[in-house]
Amino acid sequence: MADVSLRKVIKRYDDVEAVRGIDLDISDHEFIVLVGPSGCGKSTTLRMIAGLEDITDGDIMIGGDVVNDVPPKDRDIAMVFQNYALYPHMTVAENMSFGLRLKHYPKAEIKARVTEAARLLDITDLIDRKPKQLSGGQRQRVAMGRAIVRNPKVFLFDEPLSNLDAKLRVQMRIEIKKVHQKVRTTTVYVTHDQVEAMTLADRVVVMNKGCIEQIGTPNELYHKPATRFVAGFIGSPAMNFIPCRLEDVGGTLQIRLTDRIAFPLPPARAARYKTLPRTEKLLLGLRPEHLTESHAHLAPGVETFETVLDVTEPMGMETLVYFGLDGTPVCGRVDPNAGAKDGAPMRLAMDLNNMHLLNEASGVVL
Amino acid sequence: MSTLAIDKAGPSRKIKYGSMSRDRAWALRWSYFFLVLFAIFFLTPPIYMLITSLKSSAEISAATNPWWVFHPTLSNYVELLSSNQFLRFFWNSSIVSIVVVIITMLISIPAAFALARMKFWGSATLATGVFLTYLIPDSLLFIPLFKMLGVVQDYTGITLLNRWYVLLFIYPTLTVPFCTWIMIGYFASIPKELDEAALIDGASWLQTLTRIFIPVALPGLIAATIFAFTVSWAQFLYPLVFTTSIDQLVLPVGITTTLIKGDVFNWGQIMTGALLGAAPPLIIYAFLMDYYIAGLTAGATKG
Repeated sequence: MADVSLRKVIKRYDDVEAVRGIDLDISDHEFIVLVGPSGCGKSTTLRMIAGLEDITDGDIMIGGDVVNDVPPKDRDIAMVFQNYALYPHMTVAENMSFGLRLKHYPKAEIKARVTEAARLLDITDLIDRKPKQLSGGQRQRVAMGRAIVRNPKVFLFDEPLSNLDAKLRVQMRIEIKKVHQKVRTTTVYVTHDQVEAMTLADRVVVMNKGCIEQIGTPNELYHKPATRFVAGFIGSPAMNFIPCRLEDVGGTLQIRLTDRIAFPLPPARAARYKTLPRTEKLLLGLRPEHLTESHAHLAPGVETFETVLDVTEPMGMETLVYFGLDGTPVCGRVDPNAGAKDGAPMRLAMDLNNMHLLNEASGVVL
Repeated sequence: MSTLAIDKAGPSRKIKYGSMSRDRAWALRWSYFFLVLFAIFFLTPPIYMLITSLKSSAEISAATNPWWVFHPTLSNYVELLSSNQFLRFFWNSSIVSIVVVIITMLISIPAAFALARMKFWGSATLATGVFLTYLIPDSLLFIPLFKMLGVVQDYTGITLLNRWYVLLFIYPTLTVPFCTWIMIGYFASIPKELDEAALIDGASWLQTLTRIFIPVALPGLIAATIFAFTVSWAQFLYPLVFTTSIDQLVLPVGITTTLIKGDVFNWGQIMTGALLGAAPPLIIYAFLMDYYIAGLTAGATKG
């Protein structure tokens, strides 16, 4: 077990910069998830920690030692691949023990470790089977078992659940979390699925275009996104971004969404935004759950307006409603019994206590 | 009402053109036709050889039905198998082919691994180059090769020409390029994550090759082995050029030079010798075919 640090790490392929100088400190026992769209450099970062890619510039430290030029086998790491990468000609037990056998561990210890890992992952019955006799989920367990028996300093996961179907993915996600709770090994996990990132991570690292956009706990990222990218990437359905501007009306600060719709800001928000130039082009960031049906007893800071719904999507526990504000598509979440209908007018409530205000040009959350 | 609708729809569906089963039936008919044609074409010579090998010289030259044996005899087999000369050819062929297969594998496997996996400067060009050498026909190469070996022989004082072991240096020029090419293809089909996993598990390049790549690519390895053996066993031009003394000859050259005396063809023994000579590749092929197919299924790499 060890901490992992990245210092100004750069990866350049010919003329393309895949990773642009990232800094990251991962503490011992921590479960870190790197998340971002494809091509954001998250897998490259993981592979550089593994030693499968050379780093162009910067330093990578595992347990305090710079490992830039240390080959993968001497970094004391274990990696789980997206396509499992099990050795097809070996049994489950042989797959799991391959690394230990290469290091000439005593037979009794190998057996003990394999048995223990198999028990932990609930694959004891499969120990003598070949990979092709296993289902996708079982193969993924074996791949994890192969990592666990090595008892490495760091676990690296490269999109391990992408090849599984949706139901199994949820199940394996929980398995991975359980295993981490038991073995407590420092883990770096790469995924493009923000739900996986939110559910698994102690801290999530959101990457975009080779840079880190934000590092934080799942709740921090959800409630206090730093940029438009993070705000839009985390959460499903995604956050709404509505063009708006600030204006002063009779000493109170108002947010104007359309010619028709403008609301006074709640006092806390007004205090925060009062220094902003009134001419600046801004975006109101509002999550769909803060755009609900109107009802009699509204809290302060919750404002209502009338709109015509374009489309509704009943999800069972909620209904998603879609409508336009001056051409900007907006999504809200209402109670399934609120009577939302396609093409029908509806009165909606906007919770401005949970609003975000973004600079349209820079995408920075203000 | 609804049954009526179905009844109407039934026949109209039957006369639809290009149905799967009709296409399949026709494809099968043509397949059988060509396969039977193919089988007849390629099985006729061996059958004719077998028939002739069971006849005495007198019966062969007599004007009887060439497709029937009236007085079967094993005398051709007995004579050949008790002739030291023939056994010597057989021995020479065997030792040359086996050693060439070993040399080929020792060169091809590491070469293919390096070319397929260790991306180094010029590896792609080199891989193509390896294959291109295979395209140069032996009929172009034998004179320069003869000259080269002559120079080596003069320079080192080691007799190479007219010795069976000279073939060990020459045959790999035929087998190594093609086998390397096959193995590059097989190695390239192994997912990259597999060697990365091995690398992280602590395997060296050599261990990755011996413990992961060779077992996983076994079908390809066997295909390459069969190829190398067949090419070595059947090679005619090189041994004809490089070996002349009777005791240095390999089977194909031995049979044609000793059993044809001037314009006298000992057909019975020629056919027997050819049949016996064709046996080892067949046996090896039949034996390895099981492994080949077993390997294909067991080595399924997905996962």
